[in-house]
Parts: sequence; structure tokens; C-alpha cells
Amino acid sequence: MFTGLMLNTWITATAVAVIAGVTGFFAVLRGSSFAAHAIPNGAFAGAAGASLLGLNPFAGLAAFSVAGALGIAGLGRRARHDVATALTFVMMLGLGALFVSWSTEYAQQAYSLLFGEVFGVAADEVLPIVALGAASIAAIAVMFRPLMLSSALPEVAEARGVSARRMELAFLLVMALATSMTVPVVGALLMFSLMIGPAAAARSVTARPLAAIGLAVGIALVTVWTGIVASYQTNWPLGFFVGVLGGVFFLFGRAYGAGRRRMAVRTAAA
Amino acid sequence: MLKYLFEPGFFSSGPVHTAVGVGAVVAITSAVVGVFTVTRGQSFAGHSLSDIATTGGSAAFLAGVNQFWGYLAFGAGAAAFMEMTGVQRRRGRDVATGVVLGSALGLAALFLYLGTLRSSTTGASFTILFGSVFVLTPSTVPALIASALLALAVALLLARMLLLSSLSPDIAAARGVPVRAVGAAYLMALGVSVALSAMVIGAVLSTALLIGPAATALRVTKGPVRAVAVAAAIGVAATWLGIVLAYDSYYWPPARHGWPVSFFVVTLIVGGYLLTYAHPRWRRPARRDEPDPEHACSPA
Amino acid sequence: MAELLRLDGVGVRLGGREILRDVSFTIAPGEFTGLIGPNGAGKTTLLRVILGLQPVATGAMLLNGSVGYVPQKLAIEPDTPLRVRDVVGLGLDGHKLGIRLPSRARRERVNEMLTAVGAQRYANARIGELSGGEQQRVMIAHALIARPRLLLLDEPLANLDIASVGGIVSVLARLARAEGTAVLISAHDMNPLVPVMDTIVYVASGRAAVGSTDQVVQPEVLSRLYGQHVDVLRVHGRILVVAAEETGAVPADAEHVTAAG
Repeated sequence: MFTGLMLNTWITATAVAVIAGVTGFFAVLRGSSFAAHAIPNGAFAGAAGASLLGLNPFAGLAAFSVAGALGIAGLGRRARHDVATALTFVMMLGLGALFVSWSTEYAQQAYSLLFGEVFGVAADEVLPIVALGAASIAAIAVMFRPLMLSSALPEVAEARGVSARRMELAFLLVMALATSMTVPVVGALLMFSLMIGPAAAARSVTARPLAAIGLAVGIALVTVWTGIVASYQTNWPLGFFVGVLGGVFFLFGRAYGAGRRRMAVRTAAA
Repeated sequence: MLKYLFEPGFFSSGPVHTAVGVGAVVAITSAVVGVFTVTRGQSFAGHSLSDIATTGGSAAFLAGVNQFWGYLAFGAGAAAFMEMTGVQRRRGRDVATGVVLGSALGLAALFLYLGTLRSSTTGASFTILFGSVFVLTPSTVPALIASALLALAVALLLARMLLLSSLSPDIAAARGVPVRAVGAAYLMALGVSVALSAMVIGAVLSTALLIGPAATALRVTKGPVRAVAVAAAIGVAATWLGIVLAYDSYYWPPARHGWPVSFFVVTLIVGGYLLTYAHPRWRRPARRDEPDPEHACSPA
Repeated sequence: MAELLRLDGVGVRLGGREILRDVSFTIAPGEFTGLIGPNGAGKTTLLRVILGLQPVATGAMLLNGSVGYVPQKLAIEPDTPLRVRDVVGLGLDGHKLGIRLPSRARRERVNEMLTAVGAQRYANARIGELSGGEQQRVMIAHALIARPRLLLLDEPLANLDIASVGGIVSVLARLARAEGTAVLISAHDMNPLVPVMDTIVYVASGRAAVGSTDQVVQPEVLSRLYGQHVDVLRVHGRILVVAAEETGAVPADAEHVTAAG
């Protein structure tokens, strides 16, 4: 379970969980969970297209994720309508379906891009994934304070000279980077669960931002690691475990938060 | 000209006849229900139902029954659940709903995997996700048509009540409209429409047929009657043209098999929607004669 | 005189909190009544009681005729496919099953109402694109087209510019006289309504004082209502109600509770 190919799996999955936990925290804080839903859909088309052309799938993933991020930033200004964004990304899924249909193993490929495939990570793919992950983390570390300020108090941030639009663009680009590395592992449809589930659960448990980020990363790690072990044993798809565990942890966090609030009310009343 | 558009055999093929007929009925139903969906600000409910329908289709595949029954059971079941819990009134973007939908998609992944293990049909998961109107089983066609007519009848029967309660639920309640019952009946019609769209363009893409024509129609027309008519026309046109192009694409490179119908239908629908932004006549800036906080603030 | 509406000792509790206590008044046909009070005093709750949307804890309400209602705000997107004439038409038959058949009589009745409220200029515009004052006129036409005996309006003058306020008040006064429709209008500022009000129902702290403006808007009456000393100032023909100090006499979040329910 810890030899050869599986070692690649463990390293990759760990990197994926860390980056998903960190970006997920900011995605929930900024209320951009819709972007977390939409960018992976674009990435799906990119991965399918790249593999069709025989390119490195990361090239396609990165290109389409970044294009998706820029698209959201552009659309977000003009149309606050969910309709425009939703349709654009249904379009991306449709394009992905087309690319996939041209390949010979189309059903299998569509399935693994949408729902994830963790056991096929080749040795030469590990380094780029880890490097991309480190780059995303570094980018977030550099803009940590202005990002925090503009996520929590956008008006104040503007007054302090932090442009909300530039911050939004920068964050979406980081999210696109993170997406290009996570989608092949977790799948386009379940990327959202790994990003939002742990972060939302962590937020219900603790109010301190750094602790919340740490907790989100921790929950994402537990989710992915449990998923790998269970998937290895049962041969069931990793996406299933990620989706279900994301939901379970989220409900757990919600219940914990609600219980703590009730305790607080009782303490105040006493 | 027409000779180039229609490849030989188009008009004599049985599956094409079925696709054209069912496609039209489904497109009309989805477009009509879609107009009320967009008007009531429930695009997100439609999107959620399509994710859950994916799980339903996969479960049906695993159980070995036609995926339509899975779409229908899960779509209508989820609609009933949404009505009971009231989640659809929160108007989208909600983290909790997203996580629940993630779990549903996780289940879909499992069902598809187990189903593929059991049966030897390789293309099934692709058909469930992205649809194929050419492989409709003839025995399900009467059920498809019947469900479509039912959903259409519900939407038209409740049309005025739906419009009044989207204007103001309080006024509707004061006029004796059973607002909750009407909302529940409409959500069931929405669940059925999602199931039907999933049959034509696949579960994960069904939002396009539901929301796209309606959203386009709402940008180019003003009154509700015309919006419904235009949406239905756009839906049927996109579906039929998509079927024609997909049929033609059997002769196109790079693969020996055809391009997916859903790709053409979705592209046509989204392209039509984006066109409304390009034409100056439809680029309507909202008129504001006075500063009004109406849309911004809640009742004080 | 035959009463259209009678409230007898009405009390309302929401979530264990008393919103209204012992409110009694009557409205006669064609009477113009102002429901005045600060934000959160329970005005919207009282309107919802009359509409039958809010059950009462104590007392009784007797309504002797049909009611039209103009809500405070429309939560409506600019893209909504409803033209002004569609909205007014919905006032006639929006609660009925099935789709309507176009008819000349119906179209003429809609046009008549649009003219009556001065909204014919934008009859074919989308409701979501209109300004707040224009929407109010349209919703008044929407409510009046079914010829109700009593018209309820929830803060129709809030968030409007001065010209729109004057326009709406004069439209209402004219229609009430012409059609014999009684009007009950809620407002936190009574001044635009003073010239046209027959009766004032002043609500504060969940209780109500009823009478003519001169009877009710007096320091003693209002001080008793608020449970603290208030002054009534008349400056340049405007009436100002001023509290000596800010206290928690008014249940500040009463209307939030209402809005949620």
C-alpha cells in the first residue's frame, strides 16, 4: 500500500488536500463557492482537449482553468446573474463531452475526469503537482493579509488602497492553479466538495482564521487519506468517498457549531 | 442547400424520427417550465435537481432499469424534499446545498462504477452524463411524452398563480392562492422537466435546456406569453438543429462515430443567449429615474 | 353607518413577544385612514392581520368586503418578464387557474386603471425596470382593478422623492373619493397624509390611539402611548413628534419578526 505507484498517490493526494483546504477557506470566506463549482467544469474541457491533442493534460487544465477564472472575473462585473455564468460552464462541460467523445476510451475517460482517478499518477506527474501546489501556497502566503482584509471587509480594504477587483482576480487565478492540480485526482464534479466541505466545517468550529485554515487542511487530509485507503480496499471510486466524507464533515461541523451556540446562550442566560 | 444540411438517410431513419419527436416535446416542456424557473429566481433549484438526477440515472443503470425512471424518481423526490425543507427559497450559492449535492455526485460516481462492473455496456456512463437522444428505447417514449404533457399541463394551469406569487407572495396569499401548494406542484413539474432534459442532453447538462431558452427569451421579450412562446421556439430550434448536426457528424473527422448531440444543443443554446448581449437593442440598461434602494435592502 | 372593518381588542404575539395589544378601530366605506407610527411599532403586523395572513392571539377582526393590498416592496429582478399591463391584469385574475384568454373588455379595464394612476406612459415597460414611485403606482392599479372595498398600503411613501409622494397621495385621495374605496395606509411620517386623512390610527409600543389628527396627535395622548414624555411640535405646517430621550420603549425588531413570518 505504500510502495511504488502508491507512494506517488499518497504524495499527490496530500498536496491536493493541503491546497484544497487553504484555498477553500478563502473561497468560503469570500462567498465565491460558485467559482469553486464553476472553474473545475472548465478544467474538465481543458483536460479532455489536451489529452486529445496528445499534450500534457496539465497544459490543458491550466489553460482552461485560467480562462475560466478570467471569464468569471469578467462576467462577475457585468452580469451578477447566475444564469450567464451557469450557462458558460455548462458550455464548458459540453465541450469536454465533445473532446472526450473523440477518444477511443471515451466512457472511461469521461468518468475519471469527472469523478477522479488517484491510482494512475505517474512518477513524472508528481513533481509538477507538488510544485504547482507549493506555488499556490506561496502566492496565498504573499498576499495573505490584503486577501484576508478584502475578503472580510471589502469596503475597508478599498479605503486602505487594496483593490477589491485586483484581489478577486488574483484569488481566482490561484484557485485556477489549484484546480489544475486537483481535478485529475479528485474529478471535476467533486473538486467542490473537497474545497468547500472542510473549509465550511472548520469555520463552524473555530473563529480564529489561522486555526480555521489549519483545521480545513486537516479535515481535507483526513478525507483524502481515508478515501485512498477505502478506495484501495474496495476498488470503489475515490470521488465517492470524497463527496460523502465532505458532506459528513460539514454536517458534523454544523452540528458542533449549533451545539456550541446553544451552550453559549444557556451560559449567558444563567 | 438543403442537400448539404441533411446527410443521406436522415429522413428515413427510425431513431431520428423518435429523436425529432421526443426532442421537440421535451424542448417545449423544459422551455415553458424554465420561464417560470427563471422568473421565480429558482435557476439554482433547477441546477441542483440536475445534479441529483445524475445520481438517479446512475442508480437506475446499476439496478438495470431504464435511466429515465431514475431521473424521474430522484428528480421528483428531491423536488419534494426541497419543498418540505424550503431550501429552494434560499436562492442559491448556499454552501450547505453545494456540499449535499457533492455527496449526491459522489454516490453517482459509485453507482456508475458498480454498474460498469456488472454490465458490459461501455458507453452507459457517458450516456447518463451527456445523454444521447438517438438511443432512446422505444418502450419509454410513451412515458416520456406522458410526463412531458403532465408537466406542461401543471405549468399552464398554475401560470397566473405562479406569476402573481413571484410578484409578491403576500398579495397572492391575500387573494386566496394556496402559495405553498402551488409552489410544490410547480417544483414537481420542474423535477419532471429535469428528468426529460436529462434524457435528451444528459444529466449534468440538463440545466442548459431548462434555463437557456428561457433566459434568452426573457432578454428579448417583455410579456410572459411571448416569453413562453419564444423560449419554446428557441428550445425546439436548438434541439432539432443539434440532432441534424449530430447526424451529419457521423461523416465528420476525427472519430468514426458521431459527435455528441448534447454538445451541439448546448452550444446552440448558449450561443443564442450570448447573442442577446451582442445586439444593442437587447442590451437594456435598467432604467432608474430615482435612486431606489428597493433591490438592495430587505423590509425594514 | 355600516362598517367595512372592525377590530376589537386585537392582540398579536410572535415568538413569545407581544407585538400588538388591545388594538380597536373601525373603518367606514370611503374613509381614508392613516396607520402612523415609528418603524417597528407593529404596523405591518396589523396590516397582515387584516389581510388574514396573521392569526390574532386575542380579540376579533370583522371584515365586511374585499381587500386590495399594495406591499411595501417588490422583490423583483429587472429581467422578470412582466410588463406593467401584465401586472395590472394579474390583479384581476392572478389567483385563478389556467391561462387567460385575451378580451377587449379586460384590455380596456387595464388601460382605464393605468390612466387612473397615471401609469399609461410606461404601460409596456417591464415592472422590474421602473423606479420605486412608478412601481407604487402600478401596484395601486393592480390592487384597485378588482374593485376592492378596502385598499391596504404598506409604507408606500417610504424611499420616494417628494414629487412622487405628492403624486401618489393625490392619486389615492382621488380614487378613494371617486370609487368609494376605503383606504388604510401605513407610514412612519404622517405629514404627507395630514391633508387627506379622515382618521388616524397611531401605533406605538404595540398599542394604538384612534381619532382625528387633532385628537390623537397631542403630547398627552402620545406620551401615554409611548410610555415616556414626547412633545408634538408644529413647525411651518409640519408636525414633528419628538421624544425627550431615546429609550427602549419601542420593540425595535418587531417588524423583523413579522417579515420573517
